[in-house]
Amino acid sequence: MSDNFGFTDTPKSGSRELTYLEAIAEAIQLEMERDDDVLVLGEDVGGDFGGAFKVTHGLAARFGDRRVLNTPIAELGFTGMANGMALMGLRPIVEMQFADFISTAFDSIVQFASTAHYRMGAAVPWVIRAPSDGGIRSGPFHSQNPEAWFVHTPGLKVVAPSTPADAKGLLAAAVRDDNPVIFFESKPLYRSLRGHVPEGEHVSPLGSAVERRQGSDVTVFSYGAMTHQALAAAEQAAGDGIETQVVDLVSLKPLDTDAILEHATSTGKVVIAHAANRMAGVGAEIAALIAEEAFDSLDGPIVRLGGADTPVPFSPPLEDAYRPNADTIASAIRRLSAY
Amino acid sequence: MCPYLDPRSTLDAAGNPGFGEPAETRFSTLRSMVDPRTQIEMYSWMKLARTFDEQMVAMWKQGRGLGGTFSGRGHEAISVGAGLALGRKDVVAPMHRDLGTYLVRGMTPERIFGNMLGRATGASRGRDANLHGVGDLDLGIIGFVSHLPQSLPTTLGIAMSFKYRSEPRVAMTFVGDGGTTAGAYHETLNMAGLWQAPFVLIIENNQYAYSTPLTQQMHAPNFAERAAVYGVATSSVDGNSVNDVYQTCVEAIERARTGGGPTVIEATTMRMLGHAIHDGAEYVPADLLDQWERRDPVANHRQHLLDTDIASEAMLEQVDTTSRERIAAAVAEAEAAAMPDPDTLEDGVYA
Ligand SMILES: Cc1ncc(C[n+]2csc(CCOP(=O)(O)OP(=O)(O)O)c2C)c(N)n1
Ligand SMILES: [Mg+2]
Repeated sequence: MSDNFGFTDTPKSGSRELTYLEAIAEAIQLEMERDDDVLVLGEDVGGDFGGAFKVTHGLAARFGDRRVLNTPIAELGFTGMANGMALMGLRPIVEMQFADFISTAFDSIVQFASTAHYRMGAAVPWVIRAPSDGGIRSGPFHSQNPEAWFVHTPGLKVVAPSTPADAKGLLAAAVRDDNPVIFFESKPLYRSLRGHVPEGEHVSPLGSAVERRQGSDVTVFSYGAMTHQALAAAEQAAGDGIETQVVDLVSLKPLDTDAILEHATSTGKVVIAHAANRMAGVGAEIAALIAEEAFDSLDGPIVRLGGADTPVPFSPPLEDAYRPNADTIASAIRRLSAY
Repeated sequence: MCPYLDPRSTLDAAGNPGFGEPAETRFSTLRSMVDPRTQIEMYSWMKLARTFDEQMVAMWKQGRGLGGTFSGRGHEAISVGAGLALGRKDVVAPMHRDLGTYLVRGMTPERIFGNMLGRATGASRGRDANLHGVGDLDLGIIGFVSHLPQSLPTTLGIAMSFKYRSEPRVAMTFVGDGGTTAGAYHETLNMAGLWQAPFVLIIENNQYAYSTPLTQQMHAPNFAERAAVYGVATSSVDGNSVNDVYQTCVEAIERARTGGGPTVIEATTMRMLGHAIHDGAEYVPADLLDQWERRDPVANHRQHLLDTDIASEAMLEQVDTTSRERIAAAVAEAEAAAMPDPDTLEDGVYA
């Protein structure tokens, strides 16, 4: 894999290169400057420390302890607390230290936050930032991609940006959205992916997929860090004369169903790749959607690539076997293109 | 007719619950004694809650109900005393036995019966069952979810929002003895103590969590002692004395409002009927119920008002009659109300 995951984007005027992590940090800071109702809370986020990944570093010095609240280890409790704050109109940005720990906060998310507006017409406008994904030898409890649990839950929104510009723009949109939004950050991209990010206010719409590469033979749907594996796979396949379209879902809930069907129909050959385990994963929903709505346009079976039906293993050969990568995606593209 | 009985009589000009003047001024001279007006008012609300409860139980036994429901019989002193102690801008998250709290905050019997009967006019517009989801931010009421004790962290967040904005407001919620054994209870009290939030928690110790008595729930069933280690003020109160509950809550709310931090109040009572409407509660010893029946909060407060000449029999009879009429009218309205249109199924999932 080449430097920067092979990722390049075109500089727009008023943009400069930031890492994925810097883009997230900038979005938080700008939203806090814009709106006093925005605050950050989570374990180790405050003081000089600034979080396990340093995303919130410098915020406490700038905005004070009132707006950068260090919490005890109590995900269920402090996410529930964010529910109450949000009901009163605050816009808490909750940091899960790792996405893996979000299971501890499950009731507060999938029972209270997700149902409050349906049951009593009360908005719960928080954002949970969840550093997810693996491939970085972190073992079963620091590598997870738990997005399917939340995509399955009515009332939530779920996003998973793959670029620095989207990370900034989607986080701003998530903060401003009146619904609970779970923002899955890709840990492997934090410091290793750089891209052009607009300066100042930059808000990207929630709910829109983005075509990252054009192609007419095969469509690959992906999101988060896996998008870059899909792009690398498309590059490999291009060497064999296969033109691959790569669509970054960006938003997992709501799914951009129009864009998904349009892209699937345009090639008739669909690969879906994500790092989360394949069983009942987001890819299953997309495959079902295409099978139900665009069956006549398909020229071959829908191929789903995802994590194995195992915990995320630690040891490199095991973890590498667990996850899809550019090579496995490329061979799926080749297989499909033969139809 | 008793002027206090109609919930709408306690709405201010803007339609907010409360009494036209903030609780702080209203109670500032009443530290040690509950004024007679409030005592009568509390009887009125307790009687309204009791009448509602009895009517509900009767309807469900007659097959006029929908799904399950919970009786709060025996809990009226707690729900009314605590609810009335709150100021108009305070926020409360009542639970499944706190009918009185909803009523005193201005949630009408029509909207509650409508909720229980799945009507479009119910508080949750047919979305949620029995007392679940009976919330209205304009009334300062949060509708609970089943998952115990989710209302605790939510209410702490509300309290923390008041602290964040330096507003002199208080957030209150309730939990059963059973709810105190779950993790979120301890997480919430730890944070409430840590940040000295304007948070008041009433523990309704009614001796049972469903069929499980206290002795099978925890090693040390002294709730105030268990809570104190978290750095919260604590009180233990007779949960069947509305005056005691009210005064204790007024003090806790005042302390929270003026920066004195959180309080946990243990109110001891008895769940007089089963866990829910289907439950005959054969596991509760009959003599325990007899003993608590003699301490019935509504009957005892009524007698107290007569003994102390705060109210005449004629006045209380008027309250009783008006309660019956009020509840009968609410039931009639709710039963006649439309069911939700299935076309609205997906409305309101998102803000
Ligand atoms: C997490 C969770 N587990 C189980 C239940 C089912 N349940 C509803 S009420 C209840 C008993 C609650 O006891 P307690 O907290 O003492 O309140 P009470 O009903 O006695 O007023 C149980 C087990 C629930 N609501 N939430
Ligand atoms: Mg109980």
